Amino acid sequence: MEFFKRTPRIKFLERRRYWYAVSVLMVVGSFVAVGVRGLNFGIDFTGGVVVEAHFPQAPDLERLRDSLSDLGLVGAQVQSFGTAQDVLVRLPPVEEAAARLVNEQVHTALAAVDSGVDIRRTESVGPQAGKELAEKGATALLMSLLFIGIYVIMRFQWKFSVGAIVAVLHDPIVVVGAFAVTGITFDLSVMAAILAVIGYSLNDTVVVFDRVRERLVQMRKATPAEVMDTAINETLSRTLLTSGSTALVVVALVLFGGEALRPFGLALLIGILVGTYSSIYVAGALALDLGLSQRDLMPPEKRNEADALP
Amino acid sequence: MLIAGLLALPNLYGESEALQLSRRDRALFDSASVTEFEGVLNGAQIPFDESFVDDDGHLWIRFSDVSNQLAARDLIQSRYEGQFAIATTFASRAPEWINRLGLEPMSLGLDLRGGIYIVYEVDVDGAVQQLLQRMERDFRKELRDAKVQYEDVTVSGAVTQIRLRDATQTEAALATLRKYDSTLSIEPGAEAGLLVAQLTPDQINQREDFSIQQNITALNNRINALGVAEPVIQRQGLNRIAVQLPGIQDASEVVRLLGKVATLEFRLVDTVNSPLEAQRTGRAPLGSRLYKERDGNPVLLKREVIATGEQLIDASFAPSQGEPAVSVKLDSRGGDEMLRTTQENLGRPMAVVFLEKEREQVDRDGQKVVIDRSKEEVISVATIRGVFSNNFQITGLSASEGSELAKLLRAGALAAPIYIVEQRLIGPSLGRDNIERGFKALLMGMAALFAFMLVYYRVFGIVASVVLIANVILITALLSLFNAALTLPGIAGIVLTVGMAVDANILIYERIREELRNGNSPLASINAGFERAFSAIVDSNVTTLIAGVMLFAFGTGPIKGFAVVLNLGILTSMFTALVGSRALLHLIYGRRRRVERLAI
Repeated sequence: MEFFKRTPRIKFLERRRYWYAVSVLMVVGSFVAVGVRGLNFGIDFTGGVVVEAHFPQAPDLERLRDSLSDLGLVGAQVQSFGTAQDVLVRLPPVEEAAARLVNEQVHTALAAVDSGVDIRRTESVGPQAGKELAEKGATALLMSLLFIGIYVIMRFQWKFSVGAIVAVLHDPIVVVGAFAVTGITFDLSVMAAILAVIGYSLNDTVVVFDRVRERLVQMRKATPAEVMDTAINETLSRTLLTSGSTALVVVALVLFGGEALRPFGLALLIGILVGTYSSIYVAGALALDLGLSQRDLMPPEKRNEADALP
Repeated sequence: MLIAGLLALPNLYGESEALQLSRRDRALFDSASVTEFEGVLNGAQIPFDESFVDDDGHLWIRFSDVSNQLAARDLIQSRYEGQFAIATTFASRAPEWINRLGLEPMSLGLDLRGGIYIVYEVDVDGAVQQLLQRMERDFRKELRDAKVQYEDVTVSGAVTQIRLRDATQTEAALATLRKYDSTLSIEPGAEAGLLVAQLTPDQINQREDFSIQQNITALNNRINALGVAEPVIQRQGLNRIAVQLPGIQDASEVVRLLGKVATLEFRLVDTVNSPLEAQRTGRAPLGSRLYKERDGNPVLLKREVIATGEQLIDASFAPSQGEPAVSVKLDSRGGDEMLRTTQENLGRPMAVVFLEKEREQVDRDGQKVVIDRSKEEVISVATIRGVFSNNFQITGLSASEGSELAKLLRAGALAAPIYIVEQRLIGPSLGRDNIERGFKALLMGMAALFAFMLVYYRVFGIVASVVLIANVILITALLSLFNAALTLPGIAGIVLTVGMAVDANILIYERIREELRNGNSPLASINAGFERAFSAIVDSNVTTLIAGVMLFAFGTGPIKGFAVVLNLGILTSMFTALVGSRALLHLIYGRRRRVERLAI
């Protein structure tokens, strides 16, 4: 079976202004969403106490809330987690000395609603530790971007590099924006997923650019836009197949991986989709609008051609 | 590949619930104890699968489910109060010959097996402050003893200022304090009669390291007493200690127990009376107390304490003149007492006692009772061979005994306070669910992928699927080999790796198709496909590898687990796609003399 029997001839770049608008809209929208709604940070980052409990029957959440506030636990969030029988209680960070007490009180409150409750998980992160985890995550993110940027600059001429780097920045911003809009918990695993996505989504861009470079030299008479379109079309089948196959397993992760893996899986899924889009519409289009021409690839830029074939 | 298969094999069998017993007196179990425990369990009608003694002298009992495991634990705990450390753990179900080869399954992370994860922060600043306060106290005392009059000794930051009453005594004061501590950096200050002592950055680092090492040792000792199987205690960053206790469920109990403070006492040995006699009658002679050495032998010690752990500044294993030795440094007060004692008792033995309070929960008449058990143990007896004060060495030990003693001495020193900054408790049921869900996701993902590859690439799709399975086996084998713990993010990493590993195959196959379309012969197309796709495959993995390495460098705990799997997976998938897949295709097409067309 083959999706593309013949190399398609889609004019991706003719309407790039629309796609720019779409991208700018998504990025600005992400910033607005993060600014207005904020991210629903997990306790990894904010510090706090989380208790996950499984009840034999679906519990009355109102009663649980009452019984928590009766014990003087203010600011407790109670929500069901996956199924109606599973409940997640979340509390703001407390001082270390009080943490044990709070844990015990939450357990008491849960047992008051139904004595058959099974406490499945208790996590407590101090505010300081949370801040540090967030800092480390941000450092990892910046370092990855830096090194990937260096790699791209070494590998390509600057106009390509700018396109690739903008595309790479574009992807995590949109993923974060999606998390702000949906309010899905943003925890350490999501951070890890975003990092993986940054590395992964650049693949497509690299392959497309390799092909562009090759064709720019071969198709002397074509305009840069035509060359770019040809390259994207020639690599389209592979771009969609690899992204699609990876997305396929990630969908399995989202569907079957349980609550603990869902935010992680969703971040990957959104990231892969956005990453594929950006390597087709953002990276190439930008390089083109920066005035990419055959001249950019004339000597001294001389590379082994086999190296440039996907 | 065969080796990888073998390494991955134990994982196939999985693990079953088990109890691991070790004797508190550090003796080993023998086959007689196996029979005894089997009798006890049979008597209580608690079914178990198997019991055996391992090479380290621990007794293992395997169960088929959790409830029997816990029932047996409670039974043994109440029947043999305090004799054994009992750990709830898992034992590999793999057949004997696999275990004999030394092959072990991947260990499971806490999120998969349940347990407690605690991160402590050591108050290193507090530890440095302690040191400075002690210096201030000691300076005053040393100067007083040397009859150097001072107006004041003040500490601010890492600087101690000494203001002398009489500027002419400056030299004398300097000499006194340098004699007290030769490593001290102390200089005359800007004004006459002012001395400035400063902790060097090295000394501060050393002090901070010491306080962390000391807390790690203390935690280690207590966790050993808890009887946790496979505990992990690691220094994390500058001032953190991460503790992983698999299988433990009672968090508050553990936290309380780990928070206990240990101390030390230096005492003279009572050489006049017989310790055996005292042990037999149960009465110690006047002025003495009966103690036990670590091997269980009784020993009588004088009631007067020469110095305690509070006065211990440092203890380190430092071989001198080729002989193992532990060098000990006390503060001034302890040093004075030591000087007096050694002068009067040259040639007599002196003992070091280690004290620690332990808590244990026992079942008494159906009620859970917490009992405090104070542990006192003589960790060393050595003959006083010379007169010494605040700096001395303990010799006459083997190298391993020496480093053990240094560790115990440090554990008993005045501890820098520790705080819990992170605490995660995962119940066993969640752990099991996590495993099930993780593997279900993996299987479903792979199944969907196989179906797609089969439809889209036919024979080549089958090759790709075989290669993917090989890839998963390879990752499993490598994780087992490195004894890395598998965590839930790790499983997610395997799932993601499978998705990305297929990329390499797609790159190759698309290229082969392209070659075929250009009218090349099938075999030439295969070869060209592999060769030309090579750089693209490497390229497309480099960027992911960069992100993976950053994750590993900055991630903690489970995120590190994800990073390990991701990085390993990238490498194995490149290997399997380029080498494994090519070898398979050669096996299928390479032998035929003429290949008309490819099933791609």
